[in-house]
Amino acid sequence: MTSKATYGKYGGQYVSEMLLPAISELERKYDYYKNNPDFLKDLHYYLNDFAGRETPLYFARNLSRKYGIKIYLKREDLLHGGAHKINNTIGQALLARYMGKHRIVAETGAGQHGTATAMAGAALGLETVVYMGEKDVERQKTNVYRMEMLGAKVHPVSAGSKTLKDAINEALRDWVSNVDSTHYLIGSVVGPHPYPMIVRDFQSVIGNEVKKQIIEKEEKLPDSIIACTGGGSNAMGTFHPFVDDTEIELISVEAGGESMKSTSKAALHSASLCVGEEGILHGAKTRILQDKYGQILESHSISAGLDYSGVGPELSYLKDSERLKTAVASDKEALDAFHELCHLEGIIPALESSHAIAHVLKKAKTGELGNIVVINLSGRGDKDLDTVIKSSKGEGNI
Amino acid sequence: MKISEKFDDLDENEAALISYVCAGDPSPDATKNIVSSLVRGGADIIELGLPFSDPMADGPTIQAASKRAIEAGMNPDLYFELVSSISNKFNIPFVCMTYYNLIYKRGTEKFVQDCAQSGISGVIVPDLPVEESDELANACQKNNVDLILIITPVTGKERIQKVTEKSSGFLYIVSRLGVTGARSNIAENTGQLLKKVNSSIPKAVGFGIYTPKQVKNVVLSGANGVIVGSAFVNIIASNDDIYNRIEKFAAELKNNCYINYSKS
Repeated sequence: MTSKATYGKYGGQYVSEMLLPAISELERKYDYYKNNPDFLKDLHYYLNDFAGRETPLYFARNLSRKYGIKIYLKREDLLHGGAHKINNTIGQALLARYMGKHRIVAETGAGQHGTATAMAGAALGLETVVYMGEKDVERQKTNVYRMEMLGAKVHPVSAGSKTLKDAINEALRDWVSNVDSTHYLIGSVVGPHPYPMIVRDFQSVIGNEVKKQIIEKEEKLPDSIIACTGGGSNAMGTFHPFVDDTEIELISVEAGGESMKSTSKAALHSASLCVGEEGILHGAKTRILQDKYGQILESHSISAGLDYSGVGPELSYLKDSERLKTAVASDKEALDAFHELCHLEGIIPALESSHAIAHVLKKAKTGELGNIVVINLSGRGDKDLDTVIKSSKGEGNI
Repeated sequence: MKISEKFDDLDENEAALISYVCAGDPSPDATKNIVSSLVRGGADIIELGLPFSDPMADGPTIQAASKRAIEAGMNPDLYFELVSSISNKFNIPFVCMTYYNLIYKRGTEKFVQDCAQSGISGVIVPDLPVEESDELANACQKNNVDLILIITPVTGKERIQKVTEKSSGFLYIVSRLGVTGARSNIAENTGQLLKKVNSSIPKAVGFGIYTPKQVKNVVLSGANGVIVGSAFVNIIASNDDIYNRIEKFAAELKNNCYINYSKS
């Protein structure tokens, strides 16, 4: 294993012996194709003309006026599929094809990654299988239909907490059984090396565009950049090009859920960066929500996409080295921010992204965010309408 | 008992029957009786699973067993108490099979000390490949506990070398790709895989083996041990006359662990 495989003490390759040859092959091939002109030409073709890049950096005038600072929204919600997820799925599906694999498997939480995988799989002619926790199948029904229409096979997972972490377990089990024909298209900056690096690289298109666009508009870099964080792919993709610009505050906003407490089996939040402890989950050493024995706690968030007990190892490293600030927004704060953006800007944000907005609205007037703020609006909220309607009727506990 | 002593005790034409059950499934007391049945039936080594919430190398059978055990209250503290209370009653080696986070969280050194003190002779950690195993390997060496690493059909020559250098007790040879669980299609090339592994450490074959005939074939192909897990766990899950059935099934499997051959 190379030193690239770790971020400080985090990262690594804690996987079954059977997967080692596959992840070594992936690392080798990725290293080769990431600079291959044919690969890059194909990647840009799909990213630009299929997915709809580049996305605007939108100056949110009304929000800015009300909250007294300049707020820019990176409009990843305008991408094909409605979220940033497609940046990564196109990249990896293309990589799978270049590697000669004809089948891709993926896990999905909210269904956004599954949908984006199904889109990339269909466009690139790959057999696509998506694992999704039963609980998520329930709360994101339309995404299940979308995936099926796109030709993917969706397997509900009834094990464990029936959410994202169990879907990852099941996708890993599939991969280990079909490793010759299959590429595991992981949806976030989690898992064994080289996944956190590959996903971060494919998502860095977000931060690279922000850098160029903000300089065009403001002739300088922003004071702070805010992204919601579940596994952390939109956050790492937005932050990565700015990590060395140390004057810029990078802020991860995690799901504070119902409360920051835990029961013996479950956390009532998904804030693994904020309050998780070092451990090993899904192939990497990172911060995780666990009990005193090391059993993984179930997590909670109103947004399925943030509902995860772990977080990308590089984010854990950036937090420990104090490059990254972390914060939480509760279910309620996210809902309030959701409505605020709908009313003020005419944009329906994903509940995931609403956590990042909530933090900015909360802190705008304290001065700690500075004057120019970029929020990554990682997805659109059409998929969340049922959840929002139910919670406004006070049905709670979704 | 040390694992190497057990293999030394076996006859020249005899392979070890290594059985896996999940500790605390369906209850800690039941595990004591299950172990007793396995030993009466002829199991030579017992792998006692320490259940983890997210057992990603396991198929549905052992996933379900882990869940039952955790729900019945099994945890690492109780596990070591349970092992302490049975390990000196049976003159066979006990092996702990678990996932790395439970070891890491307890503190690798302390975990291995607890193994040694309670009577665990070796550890198997399916999510810890040889590259990540330094810390555990050092702790094991210090405490005289065997680290049992895994070799699979896709493990290349160089890696086989690395794995055999770091392993002791026995080598866990996985007969096919995938997760644990009973399957009829055990790889036919188990014999070839065994030949590829050039080591004096005993080789035990596992994953998917659940019939006496499969045991016989694996033994004929040159294995020094056969690992059977899900088939026992299925009996436990049935909750039907489990102690007698486990003893009988273990005896039937053990009967197929002998080769009648004349050395040429």
